Amino acid sequence: MRSNLATPIALLLFIALICWGTFDLRKSGAGRKDTVTLAGSTSVMPFSEKLAEYFMLSHPRLSVEVQGGGSSAGIQATINRTVDIGMSSRNLKDDEKVHKQILICYDGISIIVHPSNPVRDISLDQIQKVYSGRIRNWRELGWIDRNIDAVSREEGSGTRGAFEELVMGKAFIDDGIMVQDSNGSVKEVVATDPYAIGYISLGIVDQKVKALTIDGVIPSVRNIIQQKYGMVRPFLYLTATEPAGAVKVFIDFVLSRDGQNILRKEGLVPIRG
Amino acid sequence: MRLNPRFTDKFIRGALLFQALFTVSILVFIVFIVFIKGAANITPQFIFSYPEDMGRHGGIFPAILGTVFLAVLSIALATPLGVGTAIYLTEYTKESTLTRIIRFGVESLAGIPSIIYGLFGFIFFVIKLKLGWSLLSGTLTIMIMVLPTIIRTAEEAIKAVPRNLRIVSFSLGATKWETVTKVVLPSAAPGILTGIMLSVGRAVSETAAVIFTMGSSLRLPTSLLDSGRTMAVHFYILAREGISLEKAYATALVLVVSILLINIAAYYTMNKMIGRYS
Amino acid sequence: MANRFFSREHLIKCLLVVAAFSSLLFLFIIFAFILGEGLPLFYKVGVIKIILGFTWAPTKGFFGIFPMIVSSYMVTLGALIFGAPLALGCATYLSEYASRRMKLFLKPALELLAGIPSVVYGFLGVVYIVPLIREYLGGPGFSILATSAVLGIMILPTIISISFDSLMSVPPTYREASIAMGATKWQTICNVVLPAARSGILASFILGMGRAVGETMAVIMVAGNALRIPMSLLDPLRTLTSNIALELAYAAGDHRSALFSTGVVLLIIIMILNFVANFWVKRKVTG
Repeated sequence: MRSNLATPIALLLFIALICWGTFDLRKSGAGRKDTVTLAGSTSVMPFSEKLAEYFMLSHPRLSVEVQGGGSSAGIQATINRTVDIGMSSRNLKDDEKVHKQILICYDGISIIVHPSNPVRDISLDQIQKVYSGRIRNWRELGWIDRNIDAVSREEGSGTRGAFEELVMGKAFIDDGIMVQDSNGSVKEVVATDPYAIGYISLGIVDQKVKALTIDGVIPSVRNIIQQKYGMVRPFLYLTATEPAGAVKVFIDFVLSRDGQNILRKEGLVPIRG
Repeated sequence: MRLNPRFTDKFIRGALLFQALFTVSILVFIVFIVFIKGAANITPQFIFSYPEDMGRHGGIFPAILGTVFLAVLSIALATPLGVGTAIYLTEYTKESTLTRIIRFGVESLAGIPSIIYGLFGFIFFVIKLKLGWSLLSGTLTIMIMVLPTIIRTAEEAIKAVPRNLRIVSFSLGATKWETVTKVVLPSAAPGILTGIMLSVGRAVSETAAVIFTMGSSLRLPTSLLDSGRTMAVHFYILAREGISLEKAYATALVLVVSILLINIAAYYTMNKMIGRYS
Repeated sequence: MANRFFSREHLIKCLLVVAAFSSLLFLFIIFAFILGEGLPLFYKVGVIKIILGFTWAPTKGFFGIFPMIVSSYMVTLGALIFGAPLALGCATYLSEYASRRMKLFLKPALELLAGIPSVVYGFLGVVYIVPLIREYLGGPGFSILATSAVLGIMILPTIISISFDSLMSVPPTYREASIAMGATKWQTICNVVLPAARSGILASFILGMGRAVGETMAVIMVAGNALRIPMSLLDPLRTLTSNIALELAYAAGDHRSALFSTGVVLLIIIMILNFVANFWVKRKVTG
């Protein structure tokens, strides 16, 4: 009976000790030469992850860690030097100054609807009207009498910032429009709601949703390169200092032909032809 | 026309039974659905391998370990604090303004919603203390979160120990602390353990507070300052982003089964305690 | 005398005091930081503009959270409407009709229901409830209705267990006296037991409301997160909690402060609810 309390507590402490023992309190991340940390735009994140996967295969002694947080957070993290590389899916504002901005690729913004939606084309003006609340019914776009379930991203999102810049102009996005906090969840909503419309990164469009043509132009990598499709934003890697060591190796990889090919395969627009 | 009271009686009984069964059936439905849709994906590979392609393929090993680390560490920190508080409140002081203030503090902590813990943990541990999104930030936040539960259950357990035991111990010449550690605590142990296990359950299923403090990195955390995921966070991301519905259900199944096991363990130890005193 | 001060017993007592005060310390730090980050914006922009403002566009300088306060209130009420009758019925059955065996079987089942992560509830809500509403009732499916339903289910265990305890603590003599006077079981429950347990039951409702108001993950998944005050049960909405969770990771500067301000408002609401509930729970059985 005496040991009844001692045993579980001892066990707990023992486990804790084991964990501590296998743990290493040295800061991982910025500082250690063998890990490169990235943080920022959730649009860029999955592609950085993909690049990291390939990179680590060919560089077994280096590791790359990718976090989200959003473009604004990524920019801040770069300025504060809490990460090696910040990721942004929009251009920097005037008051955001970092040492170096590296363009790694372009990404289109695609307007998506449910695959069963018969509408196939939309004009820039119509998109603006839908998102500012002036067009509310699918009837006005050539379909049935049913409210449009429009989905947007949240304030602070790089994708939303780019969308507002490229499409909305001075108009505000209507406050009756639903909001999801990542490209993936916007896509998921549109994929399951036949009456939904949304905007996501072109790079993640797949058969679960249907991408609309904008004023007749198909959203595709080729059309972006040929500058026919205008809804494009830059994916940027930001650094606070001149890239060196493992960071430079990784960035060089991303900008190399291999890295750019990976991005092209993922549906992004590489910077080199 | 007044209804025959006897008839209403039977009718009400039926209606209430229906409500009780309906409530239980919701639980059954949830477990059932998660099981049906997730079981197919539970393979040893799923449990032990790493996620690939953002979780579309591969397993959830880092998330499982992340959950274990978080739960074990936060409980390990919260238990001494919680049990110590309970001991102090029951053994070392009488009811006074002081104890009422402390109890007020505990109750208040218990009522704070998890998103506020997330907010606090984010601004305090992640930003101000510069711990970043890390296991440490998560642990400290969850530790504070489960503290009230441990204090409450420990207090109940300690109070339930018959006074005679203490009196006998004193009369044999034991000091207060000796009495506490050798007589009171061992008797209260099952109840305290129940509280610990309930807290583990809470730590395992918590999402809002964890995502903003521990982050959501897919890597296995190998140091206290590494970020990582718990199963709940992983499930949330998989489900919301539509990355993989099958993997999501499978993760949910692992989650629900873990909580089920924890609950069963808690009940087992609680019954041991009741058996001792009934 | 100095010996006594440094004796083992005394040191241990000091350690225990420290442990006991840790809760207060944590509470203090939490409040200090949430208020510290959130209050300044109230001074800068004005309390009225924030609490009664209709527009939330923090990157453009609009910090109005009124629609979200209303939405939080509506889904909490909705959750109670969905959950309270069902929970009370269940608790009543458990305490008044169920055999010991059934009690033994149902109580753990309830604990398990309470233990299921909120994200699982939210997910199942998205997969099953949202499409149902969209197909048969209209609207996007992400709505007050969906959120209330999911929250209602989530607060069932809270209301059931506290109401159950409350009902069980009504002395058997009350019931016996009523039956002795010729009342049926239901009449007894209705006129004697329930009123006697009234405080505890009401307290459970309030605590359930507290749980609903504070829920985040499940709500984000089924509410649609639109910023306008919902005009119908089928409209999407955003609660105070969702607002924080949706934008916290991306926010900086005034935007982030505004989220803390939202947190302050939330904390105040919850503290009031908890205070009222605790007050009522203390008066468990009244005449």
